[in-house]
Amino acid sequence: MEVTTAAGGAFAYLWLLIGFPLAGAAILLFGGKRTNRWGHYVGTLAVVASAAYAVILLLALMGRSPEERTVVQHIADWIFINKFSASIALQLDQLSMVFVLLITIVGSLIHVYSIGYMKDDPDRRRFFGFLNLFVAAMLLLVLADNYLLLYAGWEGVGLASFLLIGFWQHKNSAAAAAKKAFVMNRIGDVGMSLGIMLIFVTFGSVTFSTVFDQAGEASDTTMTWIGLLLLLAACGKSAQFPLQAWLLDAMEGPTPVSALIHAATMVTAGVYLIVRSGPIFDQTIVASTVVVIIGTITMFLGAFIGSAKDEIKKALAGSTMSQIGYMILAAGLGPVGYVFAIFHLLTHGVFKANLFLGAGSVMHGMKNRENMRRYGALRAAMIVTWLSFMAATFAIMGIPPFSGFWSKDDIIHAAFEHNIIIGICAILAAGFTGFYMTRMLVMTFFGKARWEDDQHPHESPPVMTIPLIILGIGSIFTGIGLLFWGNIETWLEPVTGFETRELAIPAIVLEGITLLVVLVGAAVAIAMYRRSVAVEAPKGNVLVRAARNSMYDDAINDTIAVRPTYWLSRSLVWADRSVIDGIVGGSAAFVGGLSGRMRRLQSGFARSYALAMLGGAILVVVVMLLVRLP
Amino acid sequence: MSPSAYVVLAAILFTLGSVGVLVRRNAIVMFMSVEMMLNACNLAFVAFARMNGNLDGQVVAFFVMVVAAAEVVVGLAIIVTIFRTRRSASVDEPNLLKY
Repeated sequence: MEVTTAAGGAFAYLWLLIGFPLAGAAILLFGGKRTNRWGHYVGTLAVVASAAYAVILLLALMGRSPEERTVVQHIADWIFINKFSASIALQLDQLSMVFVLLITIVGSLIHVYSIGYMKDDPDRRRFFGFLNLFVAAMLLLVLADNYLLLYAGWEGVGLASFLLIGFWQHKNSAAAAAKKAFVMNRIGDVGMSLGIMLIFVTFGSVTFSTVFDQAGEASDTTMTWIGLLLLLAACGKSAQFPLQAWLLDAMEGPTPVSALIHAATMVTAGVYLIVRSGPIFDQTIVASTVVVIIGTITMFLGAFIGSAKDEIKKALAGSTMSQIGYMILAAGLGPVGYVFAIFHLLTHGVFKANLFLGAGSVMHGMKNRENMRRYGALRAAMIVTWLSFMAATFAIMGIPPFSGFWSKDDIIHAAFEHNIIIGICAILAAGFTGFYMTRMLVMTFFGKARWEDDQHPHESPPVMTIPLIILGIGSIFTGIGLLFWGNIETWLEPVTGFETRELAIPAIVLEGITLLVVLVGAAVAIAMYRRSVAVEAPKGNVLVRAARNSMYDDAINDTIAVRPTYWLSRSLVWADRSVIDGIVGGSAAFVGGLSGRMRRLQSGFARSYALAMLGGAILVVVVMLLVRLP
Repeated sequence: MSPSAYVVLAAILFTLGSVGVLVRRNAIVMFMSVEMMLNACNLAFVAFARMNGNLDGQVVAFFVMVVAAAEVVVGLAIIVTIFRTRRSASVDEPNLLKY
């Protein structure tokens, strides 16, 4: 049984983790133009301070025994209505800790990189303000000790992503992409809010510890519904099928934003939610099976899209979808997979940040053009970017000893333990990973130069390459470090639980098969793109065209959601105009028309009034006689 | 003479009065017709009082006379005023108060 301790010692200022970036955002966003000159330093410093404090907290946490590593800090009462109570309280445990480290450290590197990347942007201060807001919201999300506060961070992340994706709002496409991300996230948020309501109705509380202690007492149906609603929320935030369409358009934001969204914040929130709600998903086989299925579908969907896109960032976005699919899949496996989902999330956070920042560095040297068919042979021009990008590529492909190998292999193991079909799917998707990452690497850095005439590729300034070098080293060593030095499995076990099952095939054989499939994928990519790449994309077969169009997700959404909604609202408008307004306006017109005719009776002739009075009197007499007759 | 003859006479007078009100244009004549209707009522009240042997009807007849006197005062004043401004006592001509 875990012991929850009140915040003291190093933990006394837990709120500062969120406080630093939030203060940074406040200074930059409310400070106005006078902060323009030094704003980006404040923004970066805020996140670095948070990261430094996170490291101190990690050391303090490691100094405690594993059972005492859950620290709760009550900050303020928030909502108390009758039985309902939610307070602003932070909870730091092993799971939150690794997330905080990922968010703040990778976030710091992205901030440093952005100083160089956004150097010429007139709105750099605003950009850093939004970045800080993003980090603060994400930290609130992972540090909250109840679902309602988590929801506040969840919405904060949604807001910040909207602001950042639409940062270049003068571009119509960016403004539209921001709105799309926001709206699709709202669909997930409906699941989130309904889920929280159901949790409160079922358990009478929204605090994690109270809810999880009673998780076994609720009925299966209730738990399934809670699980499915939370999964819907996770699908929205983590761009999982069927709410994945916003992720590719989100590439309209500046590249560091993509790195932040894909590596440290935003898309990881869904995985966090599912792992955090593990005790709920453990109770419901239906919901966790759906989680696995969604993860598997998205894993392939992302892999297909990543294999066909020619824009470097969109291909990377496809790979993120695919990798998050892996994590969701692992999270759906239950205690067997939670640890590996988080493990892969951490390694992925590092190498995906590396990939995106590398892609940003390439675009920086190539006048912001994204088309990989117009790259090629860039390795000589940008050596640091090339080497770090390659390290991250090997990491995501899962080549030993790069970090992705350890985490992805663990997920494949867990998947095989769970179900042989899911396991095979995971291996196949790994093959796809090998294909699309090698394709990206070859098209960008190898082969012949296919640059447009005005291109003069050059390496980025040190403020951008140093984060790349750090992340590149991270891409190599995070996996080994976390597994062998950090003991991620035992570290997370008190929160997420952990178990292994014996497997019919020896682990080493499985690793060999996986590696072989990955290398086959890579070899196919090399064979296809090493010699020559057409500058204009060939038409391709049905599958390629579908993948290039992101599996027609926009068309599908248009058909099943957008157009019916339009139709519904148009018919409602029609019903409002004709039926509702018809009844109201019609009755008014009827009364008006009738009055118009009736007033002709007021002729002004006194004798006609006298006749009417006589008629009325006779009528009264007749009626009285008739009534009295029987 | 049976009392019912009085009632019949009252009915005839009332009918004559109401026809006068409806068909004549001169306000003075209409006014006289109204007086005739009131007095037809008075006659009926008195006749009924006599038939039923109580005094209620006769009392009401006095009330009607008082009301008629008051009505004459106000009505004649109005008619005279209208006549002064329009040089006519026709009730059809002043028809401005209408829709």
